[in-house]
Amino acid sequence: MSLSFSGSFSLFALIGIVAFLIIAPILGCLLDGIDRKITAGMQGRVGPKLLQPYYDVRKLIQKENATVNGAQDLYVIVYFIFILLAGCAFFSGSNFLLCVFILTLGTLFLILAGYASRSPYAEIGAQREILQVMSYEPMVLLVAIGLYLACGTFEVSGIVTSDVPVIRSLPLIFIGFLYILTIKLRKSPFDISTSHHAHQEIVRGLTTEFSGRTLALVEISHWYENIMFLGWVAMFVLWSGTAWAILIAVVVVIVVYFLEILIDNNFARVKWQTMLKTSWMVALICGGLNIVYLVVF
Amino acid sequence: MEEIGIGIIGFLILFPVLIALILLIARKDRARSVVTVIGALITAFASIFLAVEFLGTGTHYYALGPGLTEVINWVTLAIDVFICVYIVVKGLCHHNYKAVLLALAQGTIVVWAEFGLFRGMEATSTLYIDDLSIIMALIIGIIGCGICVYGLGYMRDHERHNPGKDRRPTFFAIMFVFLGAMFGIVFFNDLNWMLTVWEITTVCSFVLIGYTRTEEAIRNSFRQIVLNLIGGLCFAIALVWIGNFYGVIELDQFISMSLDMSAAGYTQITYLPLILLCIAGFTKAAQMPFQSWLLGAMVAPTPTSALLHSSTMVKAGVFLIIKLAPCLGFNIPGFVVMLVGGATFLFCSFAAISQTNAKRVLAYSTISNLGLIIACAGVGTDGALWAAIFLLIFHACAKSLLFLCVGTAEHHIGSRDIESMDDLFERMPRLARFMSIGILGMFIAPFGMLVSKWAALASFASSENVLLLLILAFGSAATFMFWAKWLGKILSVANSGAADVEGRVYRSEWSAIGLMTVLTVVACIGFPLISQGAVVPYLATVFEEVTQGIANSDLWIMAIIALVIAIIFLGFSGATRKKIVPVYMSGAGIDAQERTFKDSFSRELPATQRNMYLTDYFNEHRVTIVGIAVCLTLMLGSLAFVGQSVAAERDVVEAMPDARQVYEETEWSSSDEATYGEYLQNYEYYKEFYEENTEMLEEYYGLTSLPEVMDYVYEQTYATDYSSYYDEDYDEESYDEDSSYDDEYAYDYEDSGSDEETGAYGADTEEEGE
Repeated sequence: MSLSFSGSFSLFALIGIVAFLIIAPILGCLLDGIDRKITAGMQGRVGPKLLQPYYDVRKLIQKENATVNGAQDLYVIVYFIFILLAGCAFFSGSNFLLCVFILTLGTLFLILAGYASRSPYAEIGAQREILQVMSYEPMVLLVAIGLYLACGTFEVSGIVTSDVPVIRSLPLIFIGFLYILTIKLRKSPFDISTSHHAHQEIVRGLTTEFSGRTLALVEISHWYENIMFLGWVAMFVLWSGTAWAILIAVVVVIVVYFLEILIDNNFARVKWQTMLKTSWMVALICGGLNIVYLVVF
Repeated sequence: MEEIGIGIIGFLILFPVLIALILLIARKDRARSVVTVIGALITAFASIFLAVEFLGTGTHYYALGPGLTEVINWVTLAIDVFICVYIVVKGLCHHNYKAVLLALAQGTIVVWAEFGLFRGMEATSTLYIDDLSIIMALIIGIIGCGICVYGLGYMRDHERHNPGKDRRPTFFAIMFVFLGAMFGIVFFNDLNWMLTVWEITTVCSFVLIGYTRTEEAIRNSFRQIVLNLIGGLCFAIALVWIGNFYGVIELDQFISMSLDMSAAGYTQITYLPLILLCIAGFTKAAQMPFQSWLLGAMVAPTPTSALLHSSTMVKAGVFLIIKLAPCLGFNIPGFVVMLVGGATFLFCSFAAISQTNAKRVLAYSTISNLGLIIACAGVGTDGALWAAIFLLIFHACAKSLLFLCVGTAEHHIGSRDIESMDDLFERMPRLARFMSIGILGMFIAPFGMLVSKWAALASFASSENVLLLLILAFGSAATFMFWAKWLGKILSVANSGAADVEGRVYRSEWSAIGLMTVLTVVACIGFPLISQGAVVPYLATVFEEVTQGIANSDLWIMAIIALVIAIIFLGFSGATRKKIVPVYMSGAGIDAQERTFKDSFSRELPATQRNMYLTDYFNEHRVTIVGIAVCLTLMLGSLAFVGQSVAAERDVVEAMPDARQVYEETEWSSSDEATYGEYLQNYEYYKEFYEENTEMLEEYYGLTSLPEVMDYVYEQTYATDYSSYYDEDYDEESYDEDSSYDDEYAYDYEDSGSDEETGAYGADTEEEGE
């Protein structure tokens, strides 16, 4: 069964891409709504409606067309396109590294959008976004390497159809991945470039100067991104076994996301120094040990 | 074909030298421009012609006639002596005695070798063309010449900024000599000649770095020459070692014999020259602990830096190591190379984070990328070498582009500090876009450098090299940091209507920058084609089986994305139909360019914002010390270890020249079946056997000398056609004609023949008791 770009472009790959493009924003939007509900519950509030994220984005699209310059809008559009591409690469079962690199490219354009505004606040946010990339990049690459060493391939289709879930050979790498997942999902304590918690933000960080449709696009990209990252989580637990595999994957994904919400609400934002140091340490220890284990045994 | 090959090599080496001579004479601005442009164009087209003619046709070796070879030998010797004298004189003038001593040592070795060791040693094939040398020739011919053209406009500005004696004729002449010498490095198979051109590049960069003759320039040029003379000395010692113990001076012979000999267990003799040659490569490629010369080289005018960093000098070092890569891998030289390369990659990436000076960032990034190339070469697998060659190609394109952009920016905004490149997007719109392409080309997929890194990652993973995998993971993250913040800085838009200062940029500068941009983008888009057309064919001549690092389909996806991004950056005007509003400033904005605003007390305040340089974490001084310590330990440790093993098996090593001499006299040397390694195994065993049983051998077999014994062994092992023994038409008479022993022993001979044969194959395992 070939699900990859190399070889024949199969039906599965096409289904994966279409499903991602259509379903991911809906799921992502609902996830965001649930997230806000649960967060409100944890904070003893009632919270907004489940569809509030959707209403927010709709409102943003209707706003007046104003911007600080044309360049930043273009970069955000490019960012959005590359997030879609990365997701397509992943859900079509293609090369995992391809997905990672396109995602990094997308993130770079978000950073450039922040810089392009030349607002001091957005610039701080952009630099912090660079620091975030620098913090999680080693671990992400070690995840890819671990997957390759465990499954003999970088192809996602090959990884999710292996005989046993890959997490059995990558327990430490999975833990390390969960650690940097908090950065990727923009959750406190690592939401240092731009935060949903107003009390711990410098103006609005990276997104300070985005408005209207541009900001709406950033929100939608975030939905897509979140679904893709949860897909990464699922990749660790999927195997070629039947419906059970999918059921277990769904449960694991829900548990992981709940855990992220819990962490988000229980930790205040840390300094970038702490983020960089700890995530590199985690990458070195969890990733390094796990890879040594894979090579030796 | 052969005439074309020799002709084009000769042209590529000598034509730039001719142009250099003309440039020394033509001292007028106009004449210089015309000669430089024409010379550059012809050289570039000659290298393209070479590629068209020879790409994908395999490896060609050429022998010049004995007379011509002799002449060139004398010429190279004369150049060697001249270089030695030149450095000694310069060293004495500036009281740099280290350089004097090193030059003298090297000169002595070279002259002694030429009159002693290499006397009568004829290289059978002195020149060669293969796909790697064609790739290198294209890099040198196109990028190198592009930089020379760029230099025309740049140096005019430079003269205006630094009044004094106009020494531009020397400058341009040396640039062209440099190119000629580089062509020599990639086409010479004769290591003796290669050493000469190797040293020419050292001296050329010495002159170019010291061009401005300021105190700093002279100091840095001496640092360069001292470090590179250490490399040259290592090269010379390796050359003597190879000549003495291998009896050859051809690079290809050396590589194949090294492989044979280490396969046969003679590692002690092969490791030493390999490590020495790699150290020579490290010095040229500015690997730690030799990195300081390349950092110091920044005092030179920008064309020099661009030339040193992209198409010449440092590329000579990695070229040599890539050539030697088949001998590396999981052995001591291989470990040294991959770890020195890996450590340099990691620590120099870290050091680059803390730099605000654009040229220093470029220098550190060069060193770290070369480190990665070298680490790949050290791994020595087909996948790793594939990545190494692509890293080399893309680095040459993108780095030359960046240097030229920084040079032009420096002349027009008056600074090479990244912090003052803020808003370059508006002040120098075209340049900022070209610079962006260069920066993107250096660190992000879909551009070549990162895709090659991807291939490196895949090859490290498949060879399960944990240390290099970790180094690559962390080093890449650091790379992202220092490029992204630079890119962000130049792409910021102030909407202030700042003056466009681009009008004064010379056309020669634009054409060179444009050329490099096109090369960077085209190389990315043509990635799969380059792989199929040049890199895979080259690897096929080195390895039995070649697998491309990344699937072609993935490469095409990357190529398409690269094209899209290039169009976005080059075609986008920054215009928008939306309403433009000022940025939020915690008060009323006053001046967008200066970022001043009125705060709540109506005071005018500036908002200042600098990039992060993380100096607490990636302190340049600290990472340099650690890197140097690691690399120096590796080099000295490996040398000590190998030296000790040479000393431990001294008798084996000392027997090598004799063994080689006997080899030349016997049929082994003309054999296709027997490798030199197998010969050595047999030699070692039968030499002892012969010494113990001289009389018996003479009496029974009529073998009176060691060469005869070895011939006999050879016949027994390889040449005897056993089927003929049982052939009905077998004629004993004709059998006797070939052999020198008596009829009566014929029977013995047959019997012992099979014994001898097993002995020959298992010489080092069997017969321990005798």
